[in-house]
Amino acid sequence: MPATTKTNFQLVINGILKENPIFRLALSMCPAVGISTTMMNGLMLGIAVLFVQIFSSCTISLVKDYIHPRIRIPTYTLVIATWVTVIDLTLAALAPVAYKQMGIFIKLIVAFAIITMRLEVFACKNTLWPSFWDGVGMGGGFLFGMLTLGFVRELLGAGQLFGYDVLGFRPLLFFALPVAGFFCVGFLMAAFNYIEIVYNKRKKAVN
Amino acid sequence: MKLLKSYKLMSLAVVLCLVLVSGCKNKHSYISKAKFKGNHNIIITFAGEVDTAWARDAKNYGIYAKPDPDIQLKISKIIPGPDKKTVDLYFTDELNQNQPHILTVKNIRSNGKDIGSAVVEVKKLYFGFLFSILIGAFLIHNFVFTKYLGLCVFFGTSQKKTTAVGMGITFMLVMVASAMMSWAFYQFILKPFHLDFLQIVVFIGLVSLSVQAVDTVLRKINPALFKAFGVYLVLVIANCVILAVPLIIANNEYNAAESFMLSLGAGAGFLLALFLMSSVREKLELANVPVTYRGLPIAFIVAGLFALAFMGFSGMVIF
Repeated sequence: MPATTKTNFQLVINGILKENPIFRLALSMCPAVGISTTMMNGLMLGIAVLFVQIFSSCTISLVKDYIHPRIRIPTYTLVIATWVTVIDLTLAALAPVAYKQMGIFIKLIVAFAIITMRLEVFACKNTLWPSFWDGVGMGGGFLFGMLTLGFVRELLGAGQLFGYDVLGFRPLLFFALPVAGFFCVGFLMAAFNYIEIVYNKRKKAVN
Repeated sequence: MKLLKSYKLMSLAVVLCLVLVSGCKNKHSYISKAKFKGNHNIIITFAGEVDTAWARDAKNYGIYAKPDPDIQLKISKIIPGPDKKTVDLYFTDELNQNQPHILTVKNIRSNGKDIGSAVVEVKKLYFGFLFSILIGAFLIHNFVFTKYLGLCVFFGTSQKKTTAVGMGITFMLVMVASAMMSWAFYQFILKPFHLDFLQIVVFIGLVSLSVQAVDTVLRKINPALFKAFGVYLVLVIANCVILAVPLIIANNEYNAAESFMLSLGAGAGFLLALFLMSSVREKLELANVPVTYRGLPIAFIVAGLFALAFMGFSGMVIF
């Protein structure tokens, strides 16, 4: 793939909608299922991933000319691991309560396929600014996916949003269970598929 | 294959030796046994008779949980046994049986004679503890269905049974190898030099290293096996379980045998999850699934049903 021709705005939108890491690419599913029980959790982890994605994309796009192609994957992993360590220690110091809730997931950002994949597909072929905006798009897409899941699960499971009572009752307690993450992701994916099918049909009918 | 088998036997023997060595060190000449009996009770068995008056005095006993030595536990009641060889200690607070407790018995008096003090460690049966770690990682806290880790690889390689089993076995081997390496690195290098903050970088580096090592060794020793499993090796790095296990081991300060059991259980649990899922997905190919649910959405819902089933194991305690 040659250097991208897209504008910055297109890059961001691409990450959030067209290639959404959770609903379209189906990468980095572990946190999407595991800790999307509340919007707050989704927001925290989303911000952490956004940070790691942007900074490692920028780092790789800056040093891409000095990396031998054969050792590029280990290099990516080490760069990601460094930035994850930074955010891990920062969160542990600044937001200890949320950090404890998230448990091991912050450290596991290292193994998220989405970040390595973006470095391999995009950042190692593009200059600093497109890589930055691609990082914003992908991290933002992840944040958007986590917030959507958290919104559905917190609203249906506990009748709350960000911990504030919205509905006053609990519509479907089932969604507060940790297991419901699988069902929630499945249903939302099916909904996205449905929208796509209907959209394509309409487009055909117009033509 | 034969070579592989002998390696397995050797590693098993090493682990057994470690277990035996670490299991037999806490003995005192006059206390033959001290063990938990229920949540509030410890029973001490002496090698010979002890004086009842001495045994009834609560001042003669001191006990604390090993991690916090400054908190002495309160004894509520002492009942000497009828044969004068056993003493039942009752505690006001509940004992945490997962932690070893240190029991000090002062100036043991037998037939009016003082025969010195004794310090013993009271803990659960060690083999039982190891076994409970293994089963815990395998079923009760299955990494895929109850901790929601390793899902990318789980959904990616569970379409066919052969692929699933291949991936599972490869993963198990790499998991055990890299977990043991990470354990040794953490215990002997990172901890003594206070480099704990490098955990993530070092562990992920060791994982890539052990994947590369397994790749090279397998290619030379058994080309047929490499042909079958080589493609899955790269995928192992993208699996969060392989990083989660060393982190858990480092957090809980497990020893070598415990780490081995945890990594083995995690690997076997992943294999089990892959096998179950691939069996269902092969059948799903023939089913008439609604268009919107085809592919990943239905796979997620099936995984959710499995997870619900695995919830049935939660709260189960072995030994």
